[in-house]
Amino acid sequence: MRIKLVKRPPLPLWKRALLPVWAILLAFLISGIFIALTGTNVLEAFWLIITGSLGSRFAFLETLIKMTPMCLTGLAVTIAFRAKFWNIGAEGQLYMGAMAAAWIGIIPLSSSPFIQIPVIIMAGFVAGGLLAIFPAWLKVKFKVDDVVTTLMLNYVVIFLMRALLDTVWRDPISGWPHSPSILPAAIFPRLLPPGRLHIGFLIALGAAVLCFILLKYTGLGYRLRAVGYNPQASRYGGINVKRTLLATAFISGGLAGLAGVGEVCGMQFYLIDGISSGYGYYGVAIAMLANLQPLGVILASFFFAVIFTGSQTMSRYTVVPVYISDIMQGLTLITMLMVLLLNRYKIKISRK
Amino acid sequence: MSENSTSNITPHPLVEMRDICKRFLDVKAEDHVDLSVYPREIVGLLGENGAGKTTLMKILFGLYQPDSGAILVNGEEVTFHSPLDTIQHGIGMVHQHFNLVDHHSVIENIIIGDKKSSPRGIVDYRGARKRIRELSERYGLEVDPDSEVWQLSVGEKQRVEILKALYRDVKLLILDEPTAVLTPQEVVNLFITLKQLVKHGLSIVFISHKLNEVMEVTDRSVILRRGRRIGEQKTSETTKEKLAAMMVGTDESFVVPKKAVSFQGELLKIDSLTVKNDMGLVAVNNISLTLNKGSTLGIAGVSGNGQRELAEALGGVRRAESGRIIMEGKDITNLPPARLVEAKMARIPEDRFRLGLVMDFNIAENLVMEKHRQPPFSRGIFLSWPKIMESARGLIEKFDIRTPGARTTTHSLSGGNIQKVLLARELSMDPTVVLAAQPTRGLDIGAVSFVHRLMEDERSNGKGILFISEDLDELLAVSDIIAVMYEGEIMGIIPAAEATKEKLGRLMMGIKDSSPAEKTREVSAYAD
Repeated sequence: MRIKLVKRPPLPLWKRALLPVWAILLAFLISGIFIALTGTNVLEAFWLIITGSLGSRFAFLETLIKMTPMCLTGLAVTIAFRAKFWNIGAEGQLYMGAMAAAWIGIIPLSSSPFIQIPVIIMAGFVAGGLLAIFPAWLKVKFKVDDVVTTLMLNYVVIFLMRALLDTVWRDPISGWPHSPSILPAAIFPRLLPPGRLHIGFLIALGAAVLCFILLKYTGLGYRLRAVGYNPQASRYGGINVKRTLLATAFISGGLAGLAGVGEVCGMQFYLIDGISSGYGYYGVAIAMLANLQPLGVILASFFFAVIFTGSQTMSRYTVVPVYISDIMQGLTLITMLMVLLLNRYKIKISRK
Repeated sequence: MSENSTSNITPHPLVEMRDICKRFLDVKAEDHVDLSVYPREIVGLLGENGAGKTTLMKILFGLYQPDSGAILVNGEEVTFHSPLDTIQHGIGMVHQHFNLVDHHSVIENIIIGDKKSSPRGIVDYRGARKRIRELSERYGLEVDPDSEVWQLSVGEKQRVEILKALYRDVKLLILDEPTAVLTPQEVVNLFITLKQLVKHGLSIVFISHKLNEVMEVTDRSVILRRGRRIGEQKTSETTKEKLAAMMVGTDESFVVPKKAVSFQGELLKIDSLTVKNDMGLVAVNNISLTLNKGSTLGIAGVSGNGQRELAEALGGVRRAESGRIIMEGKDITNLPPARLVEAKMARIPEDRFRLGLVMDFNIAENLVMEKHRQPPFSRGIFLSWPKIMESARGLIEKFDIRTPGARTTTHSLSGGNIQKVLLARELSMDPTVVLAAQPTRGLDIGAVSFVHRLMEDERSNGKGILFISEDLDELLAVSDIIAVMYEGEIMGIIPAAEATKEKLGRLMMGIKDSSPAEKTREVSAYAD
């Protein structure tokens, strides 16, 4: 028996819109097997995931809080991948943003949050952006593999941060390795008090819209897509490929940096190790799930956040470990990539 | 090897390809092609770039599946699903680009994937080394089995590739342009090896477009042109001129009604230009050319004689090592493409899919590429899509691009229409100089004459056109002056009115003077 993929014309729009639904259903079905293995009622487990993430005002706000950094790192990866700059370093860029926020957050610039907060946001963006520019520069200048450099820089940055937390930023009173608390003027206002949801959420949504506009309506977005599709033809057509890649890297890293700013100024109010639960890496999965579409990143990051918070609730009430959320997210990504393939190919099984 | 073929006449071919057809999108790469290879012979597979030589051999080697036709080995029909199948049937291939692992030793590269070399899962290095030494000695393929591949010269790497095939006891060895990467001395050694191999009972398919080499080493040649088999010639009964005529063809003649124009002045001056190729060897050697207003300068030559590097240097994507390119008095040497667009040089690259267009972009996006930073297409950091679409629709109409709309993805168009998109982009900038490298290659006859008409329009409007082609009929039809390139140098510059295909053909083969003495020396250049 031979299984072959045969090209076919794209599906009609309504069928294409249903593809993600099929993917999610299929992923849930397979995760159900793993849940059943623990002896838990599968339907009850799924119900707990849904209610645990969407079932109450508190749960829903927690989901949006989790969604905020994931949306930003998802956008960071989306922008980079569209130019075929393989930025796996959103985690490190996030920490750069977080460090910038923790640093500027303790400098009294002004008592008004209207000055302090924009400065912090800009500093976080620039810090993340500069970190991403370095591997991009190595790529355009010396053809160094960007997957390796961006990934490895994550560790450099994380250990740099630990070094800072263990030395200059160590809390002098408690001796804990976390930075001093940021000033009141640096704290992100809450959106729907008493919930913890902060303006970082609006920044993430706004960033998604701006990324959409960037790709579709600006000259830079046009060049970025051209370089991603075919750098040689872009160069022949008069586009400065190197400069475009550097600009792409800066924006990509900057977006990831904003995720770090949000975690420091909106959630923790100081810098501590483990401020990111791997958001930079989730960004890669989210960007792929969104098919590298900025507005799709909103949906994909929301979906990931639902699974993330929901499975935490579920594991509290059942014997299913919290790691089921990783399994479900991974499965959804795999089924989504498979289903997206079916948009352009059909499976042909022939006997031989 | 006439002594072999007389002493050992076999009526059955070793390998036979019958009526092979293969299409890529709308290009017929193979159009009912037949090929037989008999034991103990070297068959030359001759044709220009894009004639279908490599595709035919990739089909034989199992890398491509033919759309129709049959392959027979020892008279039995076979289907190859992969090169592994093919090697088991005794057919090996040395590709133009080597498939070696740089940081592995020669032995490891040779035995890779060969189960017999590792009985019970343990690699028998000693046995392999012994076998490789034997093969090296027998066929004059000198290489140290224990050195790592990255330490080897190009010629040695090629020997490793040949050894890889011999190690698997192939009966037929396919060599895809094996001399393209070699120095003249290495070529001589390769030819000695090939003759050794045939003496020991192998057959060889030798792909080339270099006539000297084909005359030197083959017993018989099959000539392909535009995917069709043109004919077959016994090497002992043919001449280079005859082969060249079959390669470039006489079946299509182009009629381009040229207007008499009288413009004065130089547009483009190439002054002692030297350009290197990807391997760092001199590909364009100190050439000087002048292009005048209202004229077409044709560049003829067998492919691989520096035309590509010349076009890339003029197009701003390859560095000129020395010399100058002057356009309307302005030095444009080594300027990036964006500056060349500003200088109003239209550039149609040879490889329109890789260099010319972004195939995943839609037509409008491709058309605006070189002017997307200029008003009215750009306002500040934003693009003005209504203006871009409007301009695209105008160009689609003007250049007769057959498409459902301006938002259609470029790769879904046919070959001729893809080229029209590129021409529309380049000619809509109102250029002063048009650089056209192989602008009609792979196009059907209708699209070819459309391209010729566009070029003639530019010429009669006082523009200068540099037209690079391997098709002599085409060059004779479109050019005012024809320069012939051979091994990176200009062999001669002839007004088109005085040029004949015979004259040009001789220059293309590097024969400057057609006296008999010169000819003999040229033919025996590779003799040892």
